[in-house]
Amino acid sequence: MAKIATREAYGQALAEFGEVYKDIVVLDADLSKSTRTEIFKKKFPDRFFNIGIAEQDLMATAAGLATCGKIPFASTFAVFAAGRAYDQVRNSIGYPHLNVKIGASHAGVSIGEDGASHQMLEDIALMRVIPGMVVLSPSDATSTYECVRLAIEHEGPVYIRLGRLGVEEIYKKGERKLELGKGIVLQKGTDVGILATGLMVHEAIKAAKMLQDEGISVYLVDMPCIKPIDVDLILDMAKTAGCIVTAEEHNVLGGFGSAVSEVLVQNYPVPVKMVGVNDEFGRSGKPEDVLKYYKLTAQEIVNKAKEVMKMKK
Amino acid sequence: MDKAKELELKKIATEIRKSIIIQTAEAGSGHPGGSLSGVEILTYLYFVEMRIDPKNPKDPDRDRFVLSKGHASPLLYAVLAEKGFISKEELKGFRQIYSNLQGHPDMKKVPGVEMSTGSLGQGLSVANGMALAAKLDGKDYRVYVLLGDGEIQEGQIWEAAMTAAHYKLDNLTAFLDHNGLQIDGKITEVMSPEPVDEKFKAFGWHVIKIDGHDFNQIEKAVAEAKTVKGKPTIIIAETVKGKGVSFMENEVGWHGTAPNKEQAQKALEELQKQLENLEVQG
Repeated sequence: MAKIATREAYGQALAEFGEVYKDIVVLDADLSKSTRTEIFKKKFPDRFFNIGIAEQDLMATAAGLATCGKIPFASTFAVFAAGRAYDQVRNSIGYPHLNVKIGASHAGVSIGEDGASHQMLEDIALMRVIPGMVVLSPSDATSTYECVRLAIEHEGPVYIRLGRLGVEEIYKKGERKLELGKGIVLQKGTDVGILATGLMVHEAIKAAKMLQDEGISVYLVDMPCIKPIDVDLILDMAKTAGCIVTAEEHNVLGGFGSAVSEVLVQNYPVPVKMVGVNDEFGRSGKPEDVLKYYKLTAQEIVNKAKEVMKMKK
Repeated sequence: MDKAKELELKKIATEIRKSIIIQTAEAGSGHPGGSLSGVEILTYLYFVEMRIDPKNPKDPDRDRFVLSKGHASPLLYAVLAEKGFISKEELKGFRQIYSNLQGHPDMKKVPGVEMSTGSLGQGLSVANGMALAAKLDGKDYRVYVLLGDGEIQEGQIWEAAMTAAHYKLDNLTAFLDHNGLQIDGKITEVMSPEPVDEKFKAFGWHVIKIDGHDFNQIEKAVAEAKTVKGKPTIIIAETVKGKGVSFMENEVGWHGTAPNKEQAQKALEELQKQLENLEVQG
């Protein structure tokens, strides 16, 4: 099966939705070949603005366009979008709640060889604490397309976390519609719950199969929407499975696992184990090797599942 | 500009200065110095130049103004109240809990505020976005932005300066409130941005230098900016920080300090005298 990176699906989705929504404009900071906004640029050159290597200007220019009724997609690497331009995202987009969509590609360690300076492992934490910011993290091409659709239909700022690495398709296009604030139940089970987001959904699917081969019943959920988070689904999983493993390609501090835990401790505490990067920076290497190095693997999800099941009361 | 019109603008400017003193004194905080230096620029834009309607603040064809130096919020609020976007009564709540008049302008709370500002260096990029949108939509509205001279130490200003020139934003006019002072002292001693005219020229801008307290010069500069094609214009306005209040003029300490009751009283008396002198002339 052909593998498609979510960044590629992002570029394609923009070009497709650009036909219907004439107010969509796309901005990039000299990375249009990498963020794949080039696909939009070729189709709608008048509605594409290259701001150059200037991410702060990129974000605030997008804000200005939004005040005039445009739907800007400000696109660059996650490390620059959420890191370098954080103040602009916070003050010029978040605070006035402007209708800017941030397409943040190359998130996580799976970009591989470029190493720590380019591997963004803190963006979920940074973005989800901006009041009113929607945070989306699709797992495959179809869910990316759906996240772009949700971003367009939602009035307000949206952060879309995208990856560089090609991934297999989980969903067929048109098969299901994503809803803002809703997770996707891939299967229900009673022994352990696995909640994964982004690239780690693929590992979670493999992990669920491995666990089932050992006779363990797994409740498996893909969470493309990190904020607002699906409280009802998390609580149903907690009540049904009694323990949870979260999986994310992000620092375990402040990220997706933290968001899930915030819901649980305040409503229905159950044991949680988190798979993610343990408060470290990334390092260079082939994407597959880097993912293994940081134990962002199906095997690690299996290990954590077994540990967390022992913690059940 | 005919004398009668100039006199009328001077009276409005003096009323706005009074309002800046009253707002900051009532709040016990705020930035009077850099508010007072920009009074004539905003008075001209709001009472002569800009196509705006307080009854229809969201008109898509309106001209836009972005206060990039957001700490000069008392100036913007005073102008918006004088123009009828907000009530003068509301000004008394400046910087106080339950008031919409935040320390720095909030576009979601105050009609007529086009952009929430306060973190320096971002307003020019926002104005670029508005100017780009006008070009995309084939609209003829113009975008104005007020920058502080300390503010242009922010690197993003120069990113935005490049963008405005690159996209030939001739519907954008920036004012530089060149009062020479920032919180820690003279801009040339803290981190000199000089020569600002040559820098903007080098970045591809049309540059005009004026006395920022002279309505005739402001009028000519704005008219000239509208004739410039293919590039943005910056009007470098030489101003006096704390202008109009003798003990505040050119005093760096009045950047972010509010006058106490006695000081406010003294300032208001001075301004009232200026107003009476103008009445005599009229």
